[in-house]
Order: sequence, then structure tokens, then C-alpha cells
Amino acid sequence: MFSNEQSCWFVRKVVCWRAVASIAWAVLLLLPITALFVILSRFSLLHPIQTISECLSFATCASAIFSLILMCGVIIMVGFLNLEYYTVIPTIACSRIALLGQLLHPRQLVHSLAHCIMGTIVAWCCAVTIGGRYESIGGPCIQNDDTDRLPQMCLNEYHLILLLAGAFVGFSHSLLGVIYNMNYVSFHTVQQYKYLRFKGSLLLVVRCSSTQALYCVRNYIVMYFFLGYIPKAWICKTLNLHLNSSVHPLDSIPGLLDPSLLYHQWISASFLLFTWHITLLLFRIFVTEVYSFPVQSSFTEDAHQCLPKVLTDKQPMILKFLALQDFALLSQHSPSRRCEVFSLSQPGGHPHNWNAITKECLSLLADLTQRLVAYHDTVATNGRSKSLSSGSERKTSSESSVTSGPEDLMSPRPAMLLRTPASVFARSIGGFPQSPLTAPFTPDLDSPFSSPALRRLTAPMDQCSPWFGTVQSPHIMRRAPKLWSTSTDSQVNGSPPASPASVPSPKQEPSKPSRLAQFLQNRKEQLPEASSQALFADSQAHIWALEGLSYLVQASFSEDQFGVVQTTLPSILGSMLVLQEAVDRHFKLPHASSKPVRSAGSLGESTHKTLRFALRATLKTSIYRITTTFGNHLNAVKMSAEHRKRLQLFLEYKE
Amino acid sequence: MCSLASFPPPLPSGQTTLCESNNELLSGTASEHPQKQVRVSPFRHSLKLHSRTESSSKADGRTDTHTPTHTHSPVSCVLVVPKWLSVSSGFSLALLRWFSSFHGSMFPHLTLSSEDMLAEFSQVLNWSDCVVRAFAWHPHTDKFALALLDDSIKIYNPKSATTPTLKHRLQRSVAAVQWKPLCASALAVACQNCSLVWHVDPCSLSTRPSSGCAQVLSHPGHSPVTSIAWSPSGSLLLSASPMDTAMMVWDVASESCVPLQRVGGGGVTFLSWSPDGSHVLASTPSALFRVWETRMWTCERWPCVKGRCQSGCWSPDGSRLLFAVQGEAVIYAMTFSDKPGPQAAAAVADLSETTFNTAKGDITVGGEIQSLSWDPTGERLAVLLKGDPQAADRPAIIAVFKTRSNPIFELLPCGFVQGELDAEPRLMQFHPNFQHGALLTVCWSNGRITHVPFYFLSAGVPHFGLGGSPSLPRPQEGAADFANQSLFTELIS
Repeated sequence: MFSNEQSCWFVRKVVCWRAVASIAWAVLLLLPITALFVILSRFSLLHPIQTISECLSFATCASAIFSLILMCGVIIMVGFLNLEYYTVIPTIACSRIALLGQLLHPRQLVHSLAHCIMGTIVAWCCAVTIGGRYESIGGPCIQNDDTDRLPQMCLNEYHLILLLAGAFVGFSHSLLGVIYNMNYVSFHTVQQYKYLRFKGSLLLVVRCSSTQALYCVRNYIVMYFFLGYIPKAWICKTLNLHLNSSVHPLDSIPGLLDPSLLYHQWISASFLLFTWHITLLLFRIFVTEVYSFPVQSSFTEDAHQCLPKVLTDKQPMILKFLALQDFALLSQHSPSRRCEVFSLSQPGGHPHNWNAITKECLSLLADLTQRLVAYHDTVATNGRSKSLSSGSERKTSSESSVTSGPEDLMSPRPAMLLRTPASVFARSIGGFPQSPLTAPFTPDLDSPFSSPALRRLTAPMDQCSPWFGTVQSPHIMRRAPKLWSTSTDSQVNGSPPASPASVPSPKQEPSKPSRLAQFLQNRKEQLPEASSQALFADSQAHIWALEGLSYLVQASFSEDQFGVVQTTLPSILGSMLVLQEAVDRHFKLPHASSKPVRSAGSLGESTHKTLRFALRATLKTSIYRITTTFGNHLNAVKMSAEHRKRLQLFLEYKE
Repeated sequence: MCSLASFPPPLPSGQTTLCESNNELLSGTASEHPQKQVRVSPFRHSLKLHSRTESSSKADGRTDTHTPTHTHSPVSCVLVVPKWLSVSSGFSLALLRWFSSFHGSMFPHLTLSSEDMLAEFSQVLNWSDCVVRAFAWHPHTDKFALALLDDSIKIYNPKSATTPTLKHRLQRSVAAVQWKPLCASALAVACQNCSLVWHVDPCSLSTRPSSGCAQVLSHPGHSPVTSIAWSPSGSLLLSASPMDTAMMVWDVASESCVPLQRVGGGGVTFLSWSPDGSHVLASTPSALFRVWETRMWTCERWPCVKGRCQSGCWSPDGSRLLFAVQGEAVIYAMTFSDKPGPQAAAAVADLSETTFNTAKGDITVGGEIQSLSWDPTGERLAVLLKGDPQAADRPAIIAVFKTRSNPIFELLPCGFVQGELDAEPRLMQFHPNFQHGALLTVCWSNGRITHVPFYFLSAGVPHFGLGGSPSLPRPQEGAADFANQSLFTELIS
């Protein structure tokens, strides 16, 4: 197909080259990073000169060069996986079950496995680099209890522990990538040159990789303490090595708490994560760079590369997003390109460019409006039971959920009195230590069990956490609550499914099956906030469409010579006002206006969590931009009475 | 080059400037038109008392002086610590202090307390004892926000009976307020520890919006915030702190920020966004300022010879920047055009001290500049001169220039704006869309806020049929108009 072909054109000619450039830079940066790692890992405070000479002698030996080549291979692989797995629309799991499904998805399993293997390889390189007792997996040793005292090949557990640490860090990096949406590429509102952007986020990457390495190592040593004997025995068996009984086994407390071992584990993990994060960062920076599409081309064979055509493409999403970004920027900054948009076609005199662009933008807006209205309708039809139960949650809590706990208590409904203390209690016990809502600046890395499956077991009440956001598609959501409300009788006896704080209280123990259903239901439950996050998951496109349209309309006041904008002004205003109404209604829903917690110091993108606020702000600003430009001239625009009333509010600055 | 010598002499004391009409400033005695003024001064006494009792920590410097002795010796507490630990930590602390003192000698402003720093870098004259600490007109409608000495913010709107009072636990030492363009409700506030963005629903009847209406924008190390600036398109908010070398670009809706860091300068004190949104002036505490280009956020460095850039303002089309440097009594102008090339700032006005002979003795006017303000039509430029608070004959005064950009850019003298007896101007701002010319709002040291209209025909806007001044200021009718409006709540004790 034609469109297929041209999408191939874009991916082949632009995205791939950008990815290649980012990988090349990552590989180039690997050299200084490795040098730094060598110095840091071999550094001894008492013999600084000896350290330097050791480092220099190591740099010239063959194993160093071999490990560097290996690490280059790993970086290339990581870059390739970034390219393969990136997305511009975040996929958010709606519930625990959905998240588990995401984690167990074959594609994700491949990703995790690849990272596991690459982690092991990097850890091997680290072991070679650090040298000393970490150098090789086996070594001659003399067993004490042996009668013959013959030298044997023994397992070097220091080497093994480092390799396994690499595998563990790689695996947890992959898992955390799913939870934090690491593969989501967000576009920045502030345009900066690539070098400056890189420089600006370098410090964040250093901080974030070292803290993440710290938590990973902590989790790893706990795991190694309990389960370390399994890989040890397995390796011994397969490689036919012996365990050295003369040295302490490492899966003991004194063995694991060796400061030098901990330091080396931490610095290897930091090195590993840092190189990978740098690769990811470079990829994001390169891929989101502005691409300037021509508005119109004199050659027909290039017509498919022009902005009006490219905007209408559905696939790939990156093409559509970059086109919309370019559209928003041109409407804002570039008078000459705006002029091309407003121009008429030479034979015929039709404003083809403008028509194609507005049509696409308006259809985007209409699509979002429809989605919002449909969502609102399902909530409204389903909300009868919900409104009773989660009435306290309905208060738009722009404060943290901690304050909504006491609100629960104070709510005057007697029917809830049985439930609420339990829920507050449960939340404060189960949810408190891990809940990111309560501790805004400690991301989930803090929790002792960073694997989500484990965390699920330890903190079953912690459902409000916005990390476990959302929803596969609005269709499923729309259907799902209805199914539950009919399948369970739980609403009748006043234990609501919709409230995130609802726990099976002890009073309801007699109804066993319903408890199981409730448990599953609580797992399957999508959070209202998460579902509204999912509704606005691709809203960056809508934001650009709104900005682009409003800037163009503003510019048309003085620049549009042929009046092409005037013909579409009513429909632009109409669709903006309809969307404004839908968004307003949506924000009246419970949880829609509650702010997610900002995750400071994490590389995971959290932009998608606030996209709905950005959309709301942009929408208002866009309408104001048009009304302030045209002022009372807008009274001459044909529109329905309802829209005119709404527009009057904007004209009087009362929105 | 225009100088103060060509100005008409200042008014005799007791006379206040009322308005400009037919190319001359009209004056009158203070009692003639009391309706035109807002008086906040009855609050003054109580405000001061209030702020003292409320937070002893931010009281004046004298009470502060003994507290550092506590903080200076954290290791000498009674806890039993190993000797080596106390010695080594004491040593490292001394080293740290030595380093920080070195840093402080490079950038002396870093040694100031945050209150002093706000006072030093604020656009308000004598910020610390000023009753009105910040003032902002709404860019589109007739309403304004006032930050008072007790850290509350009041919003006056002639069309509504309520005057919302904004208070927030983090809203302390307000240095600047600004309304978001293309929005009816959002007001950004620069505070001691963070920036706040209030969302005050214009239709709401509540007089005390809850603190839930405010978004808190904070970033570690980015305090105190001395200046904020919204982009004219309303999409981004800039905030600056003299303690932070990075200037923050906030996406307010998502509460995320991008730090724009450049080496040198030691901080950012004052921000001004050009009306067309293409450039931002960012001055630093040292003799250096930057002009950022907002498309790709790159900057030009402009080293000054004498002192830091104290204030600056942009022409309405964003092509010309006027700025004043601390320690010099000169206004400089810089033009920005599309074609790059070597540019230099040209001195356009000389404000060195000039002595006028008046009936009551000599008055010396001129000297350093506190702030600059250019009206939205680009026809009047108001300059707040610092004066000398010790000398009685060197008052702080506002000098107003007429500006002309065609055929060449020049400043012409217009006159001095003076208030009541013993009232010195502290803060001024032009109304963003006054129909009949320009309207300068001045906050005085005695707590009054006056509006001084300048009636003229704007050269940029075509007018038909009229040759002279537009719609002569009908004093009686105008006064009646003002008296009928509830914009100016008359609060006379």
C-alpha cells in the first residue's frame, strides 16, 4: 500500500538514522565512562600512584580491549532494543492483573531475557576490569579436608556473585522499565539543542543510576543470602568445579557484608545502569528532535512527504507526532511557512493545504471529544452504586490521599462507618510504607521488594498508587464495570467495588465466594484516576493540534490574504468548545482532577500522568487566543446559541 | 540624548500629578481628587505588628543576629562523640566554611539572608518596608492583584463585589506576582521558598480561596524566587532565583520544569519576557546579563562594565530592549533584528543628577534607576529613580519620557510624576490595555495606589477626525465615574 510505503520511507530514512546516531554517540561515550569506571573501581586511597600505574597497565592488555569490544556490542544491542521497544503513546496497565500480563507478555519476556544476558556480559567485563579476586570463575585451590592435598579447580564465588548481580540488575532494569514506562518517549515543551539537552539531563542520569544501583544491590544481596546456594551448586555441577571450603561462603552475613565487595557490586551496577541510561537518554533526545516537513512540494513524487499528507497517516505514530509537533512550531514561529499553509493551489485556487490540515486536526479533537463523552456516559450509567460508595472519594482531592483518609472517617454516612475505619487502618498499615502518595520523593525503588509481584503480596491494599495505572482500551473499560456490577452482589451489602480503599472487611467473612470475587475484582479494578490517564494517553497530539490551530487562526487575523481561515472558523471554534465542555465534565468526575505524585529523580517518564492537565490548560489558552485576537468580531461567526453563551464567557474573561 | 535638564521642574510639594493631557502633565492638590486613590495605609501599622508576631524568624536583622551563634557550632553539643569524629568533622566543617566563604567572596550576594536578597534584587524600591510588595494588572481585563506586607494577596475587580484574599502557608515574602496571559484565573506568585500558581475562579464568590487552589512549583536549591515571567503565549512560566544559576522553565499544568543552566553570574535576579515572546532578558547578580532566544533557548552574554543589570523593559514589538545598570544613571537601548551581527548597547538617556530651583529650595533629581516600565503602546516610558533616602532634597521620583521609534529611536522629556507630601513612589506598572493612551499605576510609600492617566493619540493606531488629544479628560465626569466604580475601595481610617 502507498501509505505503508511512505511510512517505511520515514522509519527507514529518519528514525533509523537517528537511532544509529544515538547509538554511535553512546558507543563513543562508553570509552570515557569505562575509563572512569576503571579508575573508580581500582582506586585505593593509600596508593594513588600505584592505582594510576595499574590502570594504565590494564588499559593496554588484551582482556581490556576484548571487554571493551564486548561492551560496545552490548550498547549496540541496548540501542537496538530501545528502537524496537520505544513508543510515543504510553501503555499503562490498568490493574495488577494487567500489569502482570504486561510483564509476562512474550515480547517483554524476550526483553527481560536479553537484558539479563547483557547484564551478565557487562558484569563479566566489570569483573575482568576490577581484576584481583574477581578475575576468573575458577581457580586452583587446596582443600583442607582433602587427604591428598592435590590442587583442584575451585569455584571463585566473588566472580559468580558479580555475574549474578549483573544478571539481576539487568532483569530488574527491564522490569522497572515496564512499571515506570521507560520505553515511553515523551516530547518536551521546551526545545533545546541536543547537546544542551544532554548536558542538562546528565546529572539526573548519574544520580538516578547510582541510586537505582544502590537499591538493586540491596535487593540482590537479600536474594543471594536466601537463594544463593542454588546457582552456586548448579555452576559447580555443570562446570565440574569444587567449592572451596577454606574460605567463607559468600551467602552468609559476614561474607555479604564485606565493604569492598559491596562497593564493587554497587559500582559495577552503577556503571551498567549508567551506560544503558545514557543510551536510552540519547535515543530519546535524538528521536524527539524536531523534523521539519515541507508544507508543499513542487514535485509530485515528494507529495507524500509533505505536512498535510503526513498528518493524516495513522502509522507509524512517531511520524504523526513529529508532524504535529512541526505543525505546532511552524504555526508559532515561522511566518513564511504559515504563508504556505494559507496559500491557494495554483490552478483552481483551493486552499488544499489548510483544508487538509484543519480536517485532520478537527478529527483528532472530535475523536477525543467522543472518547470523553463515551467514558462519561459509561461512568454515569454505572455510577449509581458508585456514587453512594465512593462519595467521599468524589471530593476532588487535589491534596494527597493522606488527607482523604480522615475525610473518610468524618463522612456522615452511617452505612460507611463499619467500613471506613478498617479501610483507613488498612491503608495506613499496608499502604503507608510503600505508597508513593505518602512519600512523594521516594519512588517505588524504596520498597524493599522492587519486584512488583512481591510488592503485590506485601502490600495488597496499596491500590491507590498511580504507578499501577490503567487500562487497555476504553472499550474494555466501558464494558468491565458493568460486568462486575452485575456479577457480584457485593454492592448490595455496602462493600463497594469502586472505592479504591475498599477492603474485604472481617464482618463479611461468611460470604466466602463473594470474598474471592471481591479479591479478584480488587485486583482487576481499574482506578478512576488511571483510567482517565489512559483516556488522555495520546493527548500530546491533541495539544499540538490545539496549539497549531489556535496560532494559525491568530496569525490569520493579519496574514491570511484570501480568507481561507474564515470558512473554517465556526467549525474550529465549535469543536474546541465542545471539547472544552467534555473536558470540564470529565474533570468533575472523581479522581480526574487529583494530581499524581511527581517522581523526582527517576528516569521513567511521568509526563503521561499529567497530560490531561496540560490538555485542559492548552485548550483554554487556545480558545482565549482566538477570542482575544478576534474580540467582538466573533459575534459575526455563526454558531449555536449554546456555543455563543460559552464563548461569551471567554470574551468576558470569566472561564 | 535626552537628559533630565530638559524636563519641566518638579511640582512644589503638596501638589500631585493627576494626568497628562494636551502634552502636559496636570497637577492638583492632594485633597481634590481623593476618589482616584486606593489607600492601603490603614493596614500598615497592624500589618507590621502582625508580621512580627507571626514569624519571628523573618523579623528584622537585629533579632536575627544572635541566632547564627547557635547554628555556627553544631558539633559542640553535649552528646558523647568519639574525639576523632568530632575533630575530623570540625575540620571538614571548617574547610567547608572556608570554601563557601571563598565562593561568597566571588558572589557577595550569596552571603545575604533571603529577605535581604529579595530586598536587594526586587524591582520595588525599599522592598522590605513597603506596604505593597508586588502589583500586577491582569493582561486582558480590569483587575489587579496586590501582595501586601502580611504576605496576603488581594484581588480587586470592578465587576465583582468580592475581593478575594489569597493566603497560603508557603506564601511568604512575595517578591513578584504576575497574571497568566490568555487565561482569566491563573496568578503566579514568587515566594521565598517556591513559586505558587493560584487559580482564582473569577466567577467564584468566595473571599478566601482555599490553598487547594494553588499549585506549588518548587525545585531544590531554587529559592528565594525573586522574579517570574509568563510567556506571552501563556504556555510557560520562568522563575529565577539569585541562589540558583539555573533559570527554571515551568510547564505549569504538569508542574515539571526544565532548568536552563549557564555558568557565570552566580544566579538570576530579574526576568523580562519580550511582548512578542521571542526573547527573555535575564540579569544576574554580577556584571553580566543574558538575553535568551526562546525558540531553541540559546543565550547571548552581555557583560556590563559597571554593575549588574538592575531593570529592563521591552518595546511592544519586542525589537528593542531598554535597560539600566546599577551604579550608572544611564538608560541603554539595544535593538534586536532578524539578521545577526555585532550589536552594542547605545546610551539613550542620561539621568545624572540635575538640580532644579523651585520656590521651596533646590531639588536634586536623578541618579540610579530602580525600575523601568514601558507602556503597551510604546509611547511612554516611566523610570523610577532611587534618589537618596537620607537627603531630603533628593527624593525618589518617577520620570516619564515620551518615546518615539520613527524615524530614529529617541526619548523626549514628558515630566515627573509626584505624589502627596512625603510619599515616595515604590512600585509602578502600566495598565496593559488602556484605551485612551497609557495609564500608570503607582504604589506609594504611604500605602496609596494611584492611577495616573496619560491621554494621547497613539501613533500606531489610526484615529479619524480628531486632531488633538482624544476625549479630553472631563474632570468632573471622570471623577464621578471613578467614584461609582467599586474598583477602588476607599478605606480611610
